[in-house]
Amino acid sequence: MSAPLLAIEGLTKRFGGLTAVKDFTMEVEEGSISSLIGPNGAGKSTVFNVITGIYLPSAGDIRLGGVSIVGRKPFQVAAAGIMRTFQNIRLFAFMTVIENVMVGEQTRMHATPIDSALRTPRAQREERAVSERAMELLDFVGLSAHADEWAHDLPYGMQRRLEIARAIASGPRVLLLDEPAAGTNPVEKRELMALVRSIRDRGVTIVLIEHDMKLVMGISDRVTVLDHGEKISEGDPQSVRHDPRVIEAYLGKGA
Amino acid sequence: MQARVRLPLGLGDVAVWQALGLLAIIALFVLYPVVDRNIGHVSAVADAGYFLLLVFGLNIVVGFAGLLDLGYAAFFAIGAYTYAMVASTQFNLHFNFWPMIIVSGCVAALFGVILGFPTLRLRGDYLAIVTLGFGEIVPQVFLNLDKYTGGPNGISNVDQPVLFGYHFGFNPVPYYYLYLVVALIALVLLNNLRRSRLGRAWMAIREDELAATHMGVNPVTTKLLAFAMGASFAGLAGCIYAAKLTLISPDEFNFSVSVTILSAIVLGGMGSLLGAFIGGLLLALLNFMVLPQVTNWTHALGVALHNEAIQNADLHYIIYGLILVLVMLFRPEGLISTASRRAELHHAQPSTSAAAAGVK
Amino acid sequence: MYALIALGYTMVYGIVELINFAHGDVFTLGTFLCIAILGLIGVSASGQVIGGWEGALIALLVIVLAALLCGVIGVLIERFAYRRLRNAPRLAPLITAIGVSFLLQGVMRNWKGPSEISFPQFLPNPTFAFGGVHIDFREGLVVIVSVVMMIALQFFIYNTKLGKAMRASAQDREAAALMGINVNSTIAWTFFIGSALAGIAGFISGMYFGTTMFTNGYQAGLKAFTAAVLGGIGNIAGAMLGGFVIGIVEAMTAQYISDQWTNVVVFSILVLILVLRPSGLLGEHLPEKV
Repeated sequence: MSAPLLAIEGLTKRFGGLTAVKDFTMEVEEGSISSLIGPNGAGKSTVFNVITGIYLPSAGDIRLGGVSIVGRKPFQVAAAGIMRTFQNIRLFAFMTVIENVMVGEQTRMHATPIDSALRTPRAQREERAVSERAMELLDFVGLSAHADEWAHDLPYGMQRRLEIARAIASGPRVLLLDEPAAGTNPVEKRELMALVRSIRDRGVTIVLIEHDMKLVMGISDRVTVLDHGEKISEGDPQSVRHDPRVIEAYLGKGA
Repeated sequence: MQARVRLPLGLGDVAVWQALGLLAIIALFVLYPVVDRNIGHVSAVADAGYFLLLVFGLNIVVGFAGLLDLGYAAFFAIGAYTYAMVASTQFNLHFNFWPMIIVSGCVAALFGVILGFPTLRLRGDYLAIVTLGFGEIVPQVFLNLDKYTGGPNGISNVDQPVLFGYHFGFNPVPYYYLYLVVALIALVLLNNLRRSRLGRAWMAIREDELAATHMGVNPVTTKLLAFAMGASFAGLAGCIYAAKLTLISPDEFNFSVSVTILSAIVLGGMGSLLGAFIGGLLLALLNFMVLPQVTNWTHALGVALHNEAIQNADLHYIIYGLILVLVMLFRPEGLISTASRRAELHHAQPSTSAAAAGVK
Repeated sequence: MYALIALGYTMVYGIVELINFAHGDVFTLGTFLCIAILGLIGVSASGQVIGGWEGALIALLVIVLAALLCGVIGVLIERFAYRRLRNAPRLAPLITAIGVSFLLQGVMRNWKGPSEISFPQFLPNPTFAFGGVHIDFREGLVVIVSVVMMIALQFFIYNTKLGKAMRASAQDREAAALMGINVNSTIAWTFFIGSALAGIAGFISGMYFGTTMFTNGYQAGLKAFTAAVLGGIGNIAGAMLGGFVIGIVEAMTAQYISDQWTNVVVFSILVLILVLRPSGLLGEHLPEKV
């Protein structure tokens, strides 16, 4: 078996007296779709936050392609190829839809401030390439008709798709989706599943945090369960679903 | 379908009538001093030039990058003093004006970085206060170091520019054209920046810094660039300002200057370049032409009515304050802004019952 | 004395998240009002001293009147200028506050002229000696009034219904409303008290410095804001502490370096504090939630 693309090893994160994540280990294979689930407050978002560099781990290591990325700032993690979406959608409200996606391509652009200010031919070429790619991505998620609208004005479901388009704009190796199905109806959920699969087909490895079990079971290759900061189960969707520890964590003891 | 024209210099595609309109406006500006021979008027409009440059510069910091800077006048002062100290009778140095424009801009940019550094981790309000503090400290320092800066009297006898043997002298017309050229160049540069990698990086930081960093935007360099570039405009403006006025003193760079420029941006609509331009122009005219005129009128009225109180009344600040308050109350999104922002702000009534009904 | 003004700032900011630029000008207005009131009573700047009970009574009367008037003005300002913008992005109310500040300054300028005017020094000013340290009556008055006000305010905030309402609104305005607290009136009261305090400070300042000018408010306001931030914005005791520290720093700078540099030093402190310890000396740290 080849080495995992993303490896989290013995990750522990403490906030003062509270241990949010304890000795968490997870390996993500390249090209797979993995899900991280668990009851509310289990520490799932914290794991994402540590991966992207918002928090420094109290202990443990995180490796991308074998190289440790602990200690890097979020923009460096992004440059290394890990992108994410947020639980409460964080779009750039007063920028247009296409501009939002273009920001996603920041790490691929090389125009210097001087290039930009003077609009050199090099800058112009790059701008054209970037906006074409952005349009292509909007097409991919079905938003190309709204390219010049303000992100703020989009309905909720479209905003979610925009955030995803923005996150894959730079061609990341790993995409972290934080509750992508939150607040969506069943139709949108089906579309989301299809979208996630086609993103995987483009060569992106995906890790999801999600509460919707149907969605999780439907698309994951592998499921990891977190409860009170500790991993309590891991494996393919079917076995995890029937694991008594998982059922207990969600429903509580003495059911 | 209307025919569209592609404007040069990256100004975009516009309809034919818009291009013609733009041409007309530019022609108007170019011909103005020929048409209006009143030196006082031309001088005042020329002064609008430095004001506009300041507005453009601050628009980078506040409008694009969303960094609230309340002490912008400090950079203006730095630019002005930089030139004045090396081109006047102060030290009897007489550096040439033209390279000094660039130098003043660079010195100001340097200080922009110095100011920017400590603010990197600060949230909105605190950021504002630190910049305010800086805005107070700088003129105060210029005031205190009187051996170098002439203290409260400032520096006088500042050199005036000479272009290929032509002395600018006290005629405001060449300064007017100088400002016009510089302002137009600035406008083009700013427009280019807005639609570029850097411009989007600034706006992303303005909208949501955390998300921006996750997309690969380096917050430190991006913010520092905003401060530096913004400051450089002020430095540049300061240099020309000093040369035209030939006399500068610390109290010309106080908080009310910073505030006026800021209000021009807010009035014109945050982030919108056109808004900043119009807001700046309007406010400049208001402050330099209209309100002093009002003072003259009330004075005359007071004399006519033999009322000393009215005669001495200075309504400048009262009216100005009123305008600020009223505009903010009735049109907080500024003159030129997007429909969504307008909706956002006009529905921002403190109705706590609505908040209770909504779900976050 | 800065402490009193700082208290007002910190209170307003805590609840409404608004830096009330005009606050400093309310303070100056207070001084102006005191002069006017005293003039009405017949006490002028002629240097006459009214000692004993009569003097104390007059002082009390003036203080109370000034406080009330300033309080009302504060409420009016809030009602007309700030209320509509309560949910707007930070910049709009800031500009409005600045507008109000200019307005007030303009009014004062027209009322009493652009130059310094003197404040009637009608209270006696004996010097007390405490084992080698000389304190004159005025200094003592400043300290005593400030301390009394702080204690009263502290008591009020923690023990009365209104005070609790204020604290609740400061923490979470929506939740407070849901709990049945009338947020509008709470905010109005906050402004009233804050402005009243500024008015009292105006009296103190007039007594202590002997003169005032329409631009006083701005400088004093900034320094008071520094004090509020130094102590931790939103924290009452902090504002007091901050006020004293700033006062001391100012005095020491004037003594050891020179008068001119006091402003630079004070504002540099402001900058340093914000950079190094934004929560102030006694404040709480507010992290951002992801």
